[in-house]
Amino acid sequence: MVTLDAKIPEGPMADKWDNHKFSVKLVNPANKRKFEVIVVGTGLAGASAAASLAELGYNVKVFTFHDSPRRAHSIAAQGGVNAAKNYRNDGDSVHRLFYDTVKGGDYRSREANVHRLAQVSVNIIDQCVAQGVPFAREYGGLLANRSFGGAQVSRTFYARGQTGQQLLLGAYQALAAQIAAGKVTLYNRSDVLDIVKKDGEACGIVTRDMLTGEVHGHSAHAVVLATGGYGNVYYLSTNAMASNVTAAWRAHRKGALFANPCYTQIHPTCIPAADEFQSKLTLMSESLRNDGRIWVPEANDDARGAAEIPEDERYYYLEEKYPSFGNLVPRDVASRNAKTVVDEGRGVGPLKNGVYLDFAAAISRDGVEAVKERYGNLFDMYERITGEDPYSTPMRIYPATHYTMGGLWVDYNLMTTVPGLYALGEANFSDHGANRLGASALMQGLADGYFVLPYTIGDYLAPKLGNTPVPTDDPVFKESVQAVDDKSRQWTSNKGTHGVEHYHRELGKIVWEHCGMARNEAGLQTALKEIPALREDFRKNVKVLGSPDGINTMLEKVNRVDDFMEFAELKVRDALHRRESCGGHFREESQTPEGEALRDDENFAYVGAWEHKGDGAEPELHKEELNFESVPLTQRSYK
Amino acid sequence: MSKMLNLKLKIWRQDGPHTQGAFLDVEANDIPEDASFLEMLDVVNERLIADDVEPVTFGHDCREGICGTCGVMINGQAHGPEKATATCQLHMRKFNDGDEIVIEPWQAEAFPVLKDLMVDRRAFDRIVEAGGYISVPTGTPQDANSILIPKEVADSSMDAAACIGCGACVAACPNSAAQLFTSAKLAHLNVLPQGQSERWKRTEAMVETMEDFFGSCTNHGECHEACPKEISLDFIAFMNRDYVKAKVKNRSLASQQ
Repeated sequence: MVTLDAKIPEGPMADKWDNHKFSVKLVNPANKRKFEVIVVGTGLAGASAAASLAELGYNVKVFTFHDSPRRAHSIAAQGGVNAAKNYRNDGDSVHRLFYDTVKGGDYRSREANVHRLAQVSVNIIDQCVAQGVPFAREYGGLLANRSFGGAQVSRTFYARGQTGQQLLLGAYQALAAQIAAGKVTLYNRSDVLDIVKKDGEACGIVTRDMLTGEVHGHSAHAVVLATGGYGNVYYLSTNAMASNVTAAWRAHRKGALFANPCYTQIHPTCIPAADEFQSKLTLMSESLRNDGRIWVPEANDDARGAAEIPEDERYYYLEEKYPSFGNLVPRDVASRNAKTVVDEGRGVGPLKNGVYLDFAAAISRDGVEAVKERYGNLFDMYERITGEDPYSTPMRIYPATHYTMGGLWVDYNLMTTVPGLYALGEANFSDHGANRLGASALMQGLADGYFVLPYTIGDYLAPKLGNTPVPTDDPVFKESVQAVDDKSRQWTSNKGTHGVEHYHRELGKIVWEHCGMARNEAGLQTALKEIPALREDFRKNVKVLGSPDGINTMLEKVNRVDDFMEFAELKVRDALHRRESCGGHFREESQTPEGEALRDDENFAYVGAWEHKGDGAEPELHKEELNFESVPLTQRSYK
Repeated sequence: MSKMLNLKLKIWRQDGPHTQGAFLDVEANDIPEDASFLEMLDVVNERLIADDVEPVTFGHDCREGICGTCGVMINGQAHGPEKATATCQLHMRKFNDGDEIVIEPWQAEAFPVLKDLMVDRRAFDRIVEAGGYISVPTGTPQDANSILIPKEVADSSMDAAACIGCGACVAACPNSAAQLFTSAKLAHLNVLPQGQSERWKRTEAMVETMEDFFGSCTNHGECHEACPKEISLDFIAFMNRDYVKAKVKNRSLASQQ
């Protein structure tokens, strides 16, 4: 019987984390070396956790499917990282960052976790600067800040448009130091395909070596998953091609509850798809919304070019509808409004699938050079992809899946419902509720890895002093290794008709159509029928060529798509049960007369965490009620 | 809609590091010019799969030119003809209908071919592990603004830190040298005040690890031409200067200053 105990510490909100740090059990420095910890994933959360645990003295094994830890998808984050430093003297504080994050998340996150996130945010910047992260500076040598993604204070730190890259390099370098010191063993090009449990506790993982195809068990006292989000369930997203739900999903099948899988953030500023061969969508940093004006032609099916449309025939829909926030409304609001105008037939571009993001006003106000200084690399990237010059023609943008707020359910210690199994960063259901604020993903990944897990994991490990990890020749490992190996061989003997891309694309179409930016009962019911049918077809008819005993990119992908096929159904089920709109989850049945998202706090102020009950059986919903002591529940308004 | 291109491809295929490779000739017809180079390879692969031929293996992930996973030689040029552009960001509109395109993996002894167009670049990680970090365990360092860093210095550091570790510099170099990569990693930290304590130790260790794997630099400058982030050759000069200094400074504690 699963019970959801969030383990929220006692005491006033501002004291909870300090109280908790004092109350958790400690492992003495000389004993830390007697523990083994597995970390899966080397993005911001994984690399920072692995490095920090190793620095403390734990023996760490870290796994990535990349060739190098530095390639994890955190690297692609552009805009920045938030921290409540109040360097601008503009009224920021830990409480304000906490408040903004709870409100921005549309009151579907756990207050205590969010408050801790805001508290440690200031340490992140100190740590990263000490590591040599080259954040932007003012001429006097102080750190530069900007306002970002709907925040009314300037609390975002950035390194050109490459903040994620620079933060990841910092964490990767810290990890490299520990690899050199022998405290971390790196397993690159390793696909984690199972989580192993013994006597109800996580005791290791099973991996497939992506070069040789060999399947191995690895054991430890605790397992940490920092494996990112599930955005690629949509096929087209801003995620990297190999980003996947596999490790999290397989943990779910082993008993870890999956929370809020319907929450997906659709990023408003991506480059629209150009053709049917499009393999991914590219994000343009939303910092562009600081200076770009978003508009569409007033008239439907206007075939004129942007320059030929006079000012009074342009519809600046965000500025008109939300005069105080204008083009800087939160991501979910900006995205839904773009969908509305495109659905109305006012879309721009050859496929009429975008809206304009126009810099003409900024260029005439500040000059080309100033705009180039701020966004030069983004403009260059846009031109490379589309062949159009954004200095002279407005950019075309459209929303795309970007970040997933749902994930494995974790308690205050970041432990899942499987003892000894932790989830960090985007892989957990996180601190972002139903919608994440810009520049908060990097903050959360690093908070979890640098400043939360290193404290909380000791509480679990301390009583296990003297226990040796379960040997990898134990039947629990042998069975899992056998099952993973059998599955690989089964796939490669499939003599099907279509490649795996075909099925992934089809799945993406269903999920985007019925469980994308707007959802309704009928559509979700349709998806619930279509997904199992597609999955059955996929399992019978997917064609996987080559051998399992060596590099086989089709085999890698077929495993991932297989998990997306199962995950998609849970996602739709979650969206169907949540008959309210909140943040990134917009149920058409639940909206205000003005068409804004309408929450139902009476019935849905909880985390929906799903338990796997076996193949073919309906998953069971568990609820963690959310209490709002510090931030009163209000309907969000950005008018 | 996109204009379509018909192309003649010669794609390198090789089963593993120790097997003989050969070119596969492919008539790639109806490729939309709005497709990226890797999307063109996706289309080719889908067609190969339809014919029961194993798809061509190539490294790729973010497809936004930032992760550094992708990279192939395109008609002899690392990352192809467009300047400052990684393979994933190269688009087919840079090619003409009827073009022949030769696609090969990075070629360098330190980067053995794993399969087809995918190579093993772990030697880069070894260089970073030799000292490409500032030893600052997670904890509570001083307030971030207590270290003043002039904008120009932060900008130089960022110029170096922009390196994506793709290996095009090595692939483009006639000597398979890794000076541009190593010097970028060094300059990122060596120009910063935080990087000073370990500067000389770092420089000596990273340069010498580099030399264990890679060839020597003879100032061709091909690395900079191929670099998708346009890392400057100045960093190599800076590294060479620091290396000479390091050899002296590392001899005794007294000469650290």
